[in-house]
Amino acid sequence: MADFQRFVPDASSFLRRGPSILARSRIDLWLLLPVLGIMGLGLVVLYSGAGASQEAVDRQVLRYAIATLGMLVMAQINLREVERFVPVFYLLGVLLLVAVLLFGVGAKGAQRWLQIFGLPRFQPSELLKLAVPLTVAWYLSGRASPPSFGNTLVAFIIVALPVVLIAKQPDLGTAILIGASGIFVIFFGGLLWRYVVLAMLVGAAGLPVLWTFMHAYQKQRVMTFLDPESDPLGAGWNIIQSKIAIGSGGVSGKGWLQGTQSHLDFLPETHTDFIIAVLAEEFGLLGVLLLLFLYSFILLRGLIIAGKARDSFSRMLAAGLTLTFFVYLVVNIGMVSGLLPVVGVPLPLVSYGGTSAVTLMLSIGMLMSIRAQRTSKRLRKVR
Amino acid sequence: MNAKQHENERFQMRLWLAVGVMLLVFGVLISRLVYLQVIEHEHFMTVAEDNRHQLQPIAPTRGLIYDTQGRLLAGNRATHSVTLVPEQLAGGVSGVPAVIAQLQQIITIDAYDIKRFNRRLRQARKPYSSIPLRYRLNEQEIARITVNQHFLQGVRVEAELVRYYPFDQGFVHALGYVGRINDREMASLDAVNYSDTHQVGKLGVEKYYESELHGQVGYQTVETNARGRVLRVLERAEPVPGSDITLHLDAELQQKAAQLLAGKRGSIVAIDPSTGGVLALVSAPTYGANQFVTGISSKNYSKLRDSDELPLFNRALRGRYPPASTVKPVIALAGIDTGLIKRDYSILDPGYYQLTEGGRLYRDWKEGGHGKVNLHKSIVESVDTYYYDIGHQMGNEPMTSYLAKFGLGQVTIADQPEALGAVLPTKSWKRAVRNASWFPGDSLNLSIGQGFLSATPLQLATMTMVMANKGQWHQVRMIKSIDGKEVSAIKQLNRTSPITPEDINLGRNSDWDRVHKAMIGVMHGRTGTARRSGANSTYKIAGKTGTAQVTGIKQDEEYDAEKVAERLRDHGLFVGWAPAEKPAIVVAVVVENGGGGSSAAAPLARRLFDAYLLEQDDG
Repeated sequence: MADFQRFVPDASSFLRRGPSILARSRIDLWLLLPVLGIMGLGLVVLYSGAGASQEAVDRQVLRYAIATLGMLVMAQINLREVERFVPVFYLLGVLLLVAVLLFGVGAKGAQRWLQIFGLPRFQPSELLKLAVPLTVAWYLSGRASPPSFGNTLVAFIIVALPVVLIAKQPDLGTAILIGASGIFVIFFGGLLWRYVVLAMLVGAAGLPVLWTFMHAYQKQRVMTFLDPESDPLGAGWNIIQSKIAIGSGGVSGKGWLQGTQSHLDFLPETHTDFIIAVLAEEFGLLGVLLLLFLYSFILLRGLIIAGKARDSFSRMLAAGLTLTFFVYLVVNIGMVSGLLPVVGVPLPLVSYGGTSAVTLMLSIGMLMSIRAQRTSKRLRKVR
Repeated sequence: MNAKQHENERFQMRLWLAVGVMLLVFGVLISRLVYLQVIEHEHFMTVAEDNRHQLQPIAPTRGLIYDTQGRLLAGNRATHSVTLVPEQLAGGVSGVPAVIAQLQQIITIDAYDIKRFNRRLRQARKPYSSIPLRYRLNEQEIARITVNQHFLQGVRVEAELVRYYPFDQGFVHALGYVGRINDREMASLDAVNYSDTHQVGKLGVEKYYESELHGQVGYQTVETNARGRVLRVLERAEPVPGSDITLHLDAELQQKAAQLLAGKRGSIVAIDPSTGGVLALVSAPTYGANQFVTGISSKNYSKLRDSDELPLFNRALRGRYPPASTVKPVIALAGIDTGLIKRDYSILDPGYYQLTEGGRLYRDWKEGGHGKVNLHKSIVESVDTYYYDIGHQMGNEPMTSYLAKFGLGQVTIADQPEALGAVLPTKSWKRAVRNASWFPGDSLNLSIGQGFLSATPLQLATMTMVMANKGQWHQVRMIKSIDGKEVSAIKQLNRTSPITPEDINLGRNSDWDRVHKAMIGVMHGRTGTARRSGANSTYKIAGKTGTAQVTGIKQDEEYDAEKVAERLRDHGLFVGWAPAEKPAIVVAVVVENGGGGSSAAAPLARRLFDAYLLEQDDG
């Protein structure tokens, strides 16, 4: 028994008496309850952020329902049994990304969508959010730990290929998230520290190269981040206005539907990427802390599941998915509060929009599946 | 198994590391939130309120201008213009050309509109204030912009009250006009009171009465959204509209005078001698005032400016003409009132005058002369020789001082800022300007209103008003009343204005009648120079013709009006009033290069008198 587990209470100890309905449905309450709490809070804020729109709330509820269904289905799948299909899934995703670059449709100068005949149009990059951590975990779990230089390199290539394709769309936010998810799995796969240092050095040296490959609007965003006042009416507007919204909310907020920044259109994208500014303006610091509290439950639970997982594939995957969720959170809040440059990353489970909610809920379903797998083994042992 | 355990331990270590990193990052995020929401809360609260509230000035409605009969001379009408708020355009200020190109697909915007827009864009202005791109949109154009509003962020259709002159032509030299405020004017105006005003009086009455016409700015505090759209008015202080002013000007008479001068170059000024109010003030050729209101194109402007007819030149106020024989009644009065000339003084006129035997010949206009000439005949027949004689006897001093008493050489009109004083050549004037002393020949020229002496048509009318009033002065002015309150002197308005000269008291009051009788003789006498214009009138007219030489005709040279180029022909002048015994209207007429005063100017005056005294009674 590792140190980590000793410090963590065994949440499922009460299940030893016999498999309950909850156990048989493979649902983890410690994950489900904070998720439902976040969704509930999210709907309250969305109603305000979308301009008191019942329609937006209704559509979001429908998306939540679909996403929750997806989570439940995912929880039933034994990931070890479908592990061999993972590389196929990955290759399919990469092919679709190539297709996007060739035939994709887009808006605002970016090609992100794929319109396949008969299907609603979708973003293949969402598939990769799951495919990349799965594939890296699959690749490294079958090999010696710590991974050799060659294996590490292959793992990095697995991550880099879709990241480059997505960055070319261009969709920097998603590329960063997917890159992070893959690198976390490699890290938890036992990446040697010397490679960590090496990767950091390569990364630092690569920054100027990256700069030259960046699109003008991406450079603009970075420049705006460094000095938002330089263009207060153009690119700096969003950040300036969202800081005003957050700051003017104070400790207890202006009250639901009372946010002047959000309701008088000073704040941009109030129902999507900048929704947390609405929360901060109307419910104040206390509202944001409540949300962070709910998020930290999910994160903690995800790490516990990773720490208790039996096999290296499961624990790498669980830890990688949890940290990706964390990065989502930090990039969004950091961006809205002016700590990070503006990259289009939604607030997990709260921002209006379907695909990201479904992907996130599928990854939570995976965490549940990993936990259930471990428990079911134990159940079998007890019997 | 050892390797496996080792691997597991490393994994657990890294999980703890992740927990540590998460805690650290959460700490940073929460510190950031505390910084924004607790420490800087007050600041952001203020900024949010400022965001939301805007203090908007509301321009007052400019006062109207009426003529003496209550006919509207200057009003306001709503026009729609399309304006751009550069900061709100897609692409900001640099997006201006793209948005203009977009607009050009639905409404016409010509190169001049764009040039004017770009000029205003470069001028200093408040951020988020709109700049007009095109004025006078028609309803179709407004509809097209409204339909496409969704694609035209930062583009607005704004309604604005702008000045409108119902009588576009023929009134501009009397009223002046308003135009867009330029940078220089902005600097001298009250920035607060004019914060929402776009136009200011540029000339004439519109300029002089700017402070009365403008009114007081109002304010409203509004709640706006980020696009500047007003959602709610929180507080409002109504603007105080400008005062309406009524002028002595008679629109019908003004139009009549303008018609009489159509196709000519010249000026007519008519004054009501009982008040000093200006009834008509025309300068020809004229131009439309309305084109200046929203900004005239530089092409049209240079056409006006470069025309050799000088339409922009206000001849009535600024045209300096030799008054010629129109000053003779004043010269005669000067002679007999000072006692230098006896009332029955007469000469035998050979048709010329010589200062010394065998010297230069000063010619009379009539070859062979007028025979025996007394004071009465000298006015009726406008005998130059008589005035050479008495002018030589008087010299500069009494002539110039009497001319000054009649308002020459000074500005006497109260409310026309552009009026000139022209030249009254005193001895000191000649010393200062010409650096020469006064010669006897100068006195001869002065006595027939030539030489250095010059006067504007307005001054001639003013001089004639004082003559008709037997020396009684009224302040000459455009204004009759402000907001219905009579204005008999500009002093009431607490502002400086030209001083009105003192009334003239002659030694013998009957001398006025003597001169008046002669001036009636000009119109109705058998030999009067304007007898053709005085014929068949139901009322009596008193008047004096004048023919001003444009170039000096050399001694002994035969003068042939037909051979001289049109521009070298004499100016025809006439001054007079009617009815002669009870003056109701005083008129001064100048027709540039019109030839003689009796043929070119007097007939116009007669028709004006008829229009004022007869036709008005009918109507």
